[in-house]
Amino acid sequence: MYFIQLMGFFPIFEETFKVMMFDRIKEKLNILADAAKYDVSCSSSGSNRKNTKNGLGNSDGMGICHSYTEDGRCVSLLKILLTNHCIFDCAYCVTRRSNDIKRAAFKVQEVVDLTINFYRRNYIEGLFLSSGIFKSPDFTMERLIRVAKKLRLEENFNGYIHLKSIPGASDELMREAGLYADRLSVNIEIPTISGLKKLAPEKEHSDFTKPMTKVKNEIILYKSEKKLIKSTPKYAPAGQSTQMIVGASGESDREIMLSANHYYKNYNMKRVYYSGYVPISMDPRLPSLGAQVPMLRENRLYQTDWLMRFYGFNVNELLNTQFPNLDVEVDPKLSWALRNMDQFPLDINRAGKEMLLRVPGIGLKSVSKIIKARRFRKLNFQHLKSIGVALNRARYFIICDSRGWETRDLTSAKIKSLILRNSEGKFRKDYSSQLSLF
Amino acid sequence: MKTSSLIYDGSFNGLLTCVFASFEQKLKVTSIQPPGSSQNDMFAEVTEIQTNPEQAKRVWKAFKRIATTTGQQNIYYAYLTETSGMEIDILKYLEHTFYLKASIDGDYTNMHVLKIAKAAKQLGREKHRMEAFVRFKLTKDDIYFATINPDFNVLPVIKSHFTTRYSDQQWLIYDIKRKFGLYYDLKKTEVISLDFSAEWSSTSKNEGFFDASEIEFQHLWKEYFQSTTIKSRINKKLHHQHVPKRYWQYLIEKNPLHI
Repeated sequence: MYFIQLMGFFPIFEETFKVMMFDRIKEKLNILADAAKYDVSCSSSGSNRKNTKNGLGNSDGMGICHSYTEDGRCVSLLKILLTNHCIFDCAYCVTRRSNDIKRAAFKVQEVVDLTINFYRRNYIEGLFLSSGIFKSPDFTMERLIRVAKKLRLEENFNGYIHLKSIPGASDELMREAGLYADRLSVNIEIPTISGLKKLAPEKEHSDFTKPMTKVKNEIILYKSEKKLIKSTPKYAPAGQSTQMIVGASGESDREIMLSANHYYKNYNMKRVYYSGYVPISMDPRLPSLGAQVPMLRENRLYQTDWLMRFYGFNVNELLNTQFPNLDVEVDPKLSWALRNMDQFPLDINRAGKEMLLRVPGIGLKSVSKIIKARRFRKLNFQHLKSIGVALNRARYFIICDSRGWETRDLTSAKIKSLILRNSEGKFRKDYSSQLSLF
Repeated sequence: MKTSSLIYDGSFNGLLTCVFASFEQKLKVTSIQPPGSSQNDMFAEVTEIQTNPEQAKRVWKAFKRIATTTGQQNIYYAYLTETSGMEIDILKYLEHTFYLKASIDGDYTNMHVLKIAKAAKQLGREKHRMEAFVRFKLTKDDIYFATINPDFNVLPVIKSHFTTRYSDQQWLIYDIKRKFGLYYDLKKTEVISLDFSAEWSSTSKNEGFFDASEIEFQHLWKEYFQSTTIKSRINKKLHHQHVPKRYWQYLIEKNPLHI
């Protein structure tokens, strides 16, 4: 009380005190946002939390990207580490014990204040809180939960909260975490068990899968209870996600996608993220510091992921022992179509949804538009073009209510070269073996 | 047959009244325009239509009975884009729906349907961007304040988003182009108009207007934005694609620090 009175008498003290406080937070924010940026997930969608009476915020349905970094990634959540002190020494990680970097730690209240003040100004959709592992996994997990709990219970915050499940955290804590978080995630980082042994020998594969299994089971349990008792609280309504580093431990595209498929199927993952390895260390087990980030490969993996989740493709159709790696020149759907020319041409006015989805150049939106529009009349090339179909690719695989469809009996190789010649690719210059004349 | 050119007051009800008039008087309408637009059909008879909420309601009710929810939303969204000539597309869309007595939403081979769907999509995108790029600043009176300058008239459609989300703080979003705003006073959101001096904007210096901590949080946000960028993956083209330059005016992270 006396102190507060004093502050009133000397407003200058108060000012300097405030400035000092903000400076300290600024420094921590720099360190701990920098360390968190390699986590690619920034999604804020898929939850269904409504605002309560006199509460702050909501997160239902669509996520919002409030900004984009200069590398083109969405900024939707305040993505920070609670601390970058870590007892582990995983080769691929910037915050590994042996790395000589500045360390810092946020207080629980500091994270809460930052989140609330950013949220109220419409900078963010919510908080993404991760952490280095200090003392023990349970100790760390408990701290993360404390932040989420405080936001929910004391600040009435209904925005989005994404918490990291710390590998090795106990079932009891994982159960509690899901009651406050919208999404939980454990990054398995290395797609194969052998790769994990090599790069993170202190961690067991089961450390990652144990919290995942627990969260998965709790989600199922809460959902079934909710059907009977409406007042059952929400448990991680936006589900779980994970992330894999691409290009750090030498696995094939097939191994990565099989692993992703495994997590989608067996752990009901909402998303698997692929992160092209950004060289951060001199460790001989990893690509050297100057190595390029495998952006094209990352892009192709995401395309494959989408084909698996939304286009009804089985992972084995796209990647198998015969084709263990994705084609860099063309996208995986076109690549599949070229290998399966016997399935085409397809009649746009008759084909079912599942087959329309498999035509190169026709995406989800176009398919739904085609299905709606063809109820009124037969579609021709002009119609398809105005709907938004990429005819430069699609024309070799379809027939419609126009003459002038592709009548030549073209081989796959010929079609591929025609498509490549008549289109541009953003990564083309990086891999083209042919010299450009101009 | 004589053609008519209708002038309406620019409101949605006004537009629907035009549709009503066109039906009732069996007009062959070639243009519907808000007051002050210059493009006039030389041979058409110009009629000024007085907005009649009753008639507008009748048209909308009849349309609602037949149309899908997407169809209804698309019409309203297309109207909000304020694109010149869109009124005629809306009229044709409604006429065709009433003629068929069936929803034509999804008939993308019909020029008017496609045009309206595209306009609605554009408006939806602008709405989403405004929900994302609005940056509130805390004033001394505890009001979170933001100005916008959107391509289309999005305030009517972003109202519910901000009202449900920020229900425990006072906020004000002002459209500088259209000179009206939304103000939420902890109970309800109201349309207001303010009298700003000409040079006032969110980018000019207004010391003494904002809370003392405001500049600090802007600073923190800017720093955060810098730290979260991965330098080895910089892709300016993609960045500009996601945040077109005309939106930078709103973004603290893309401007020098000021309040």
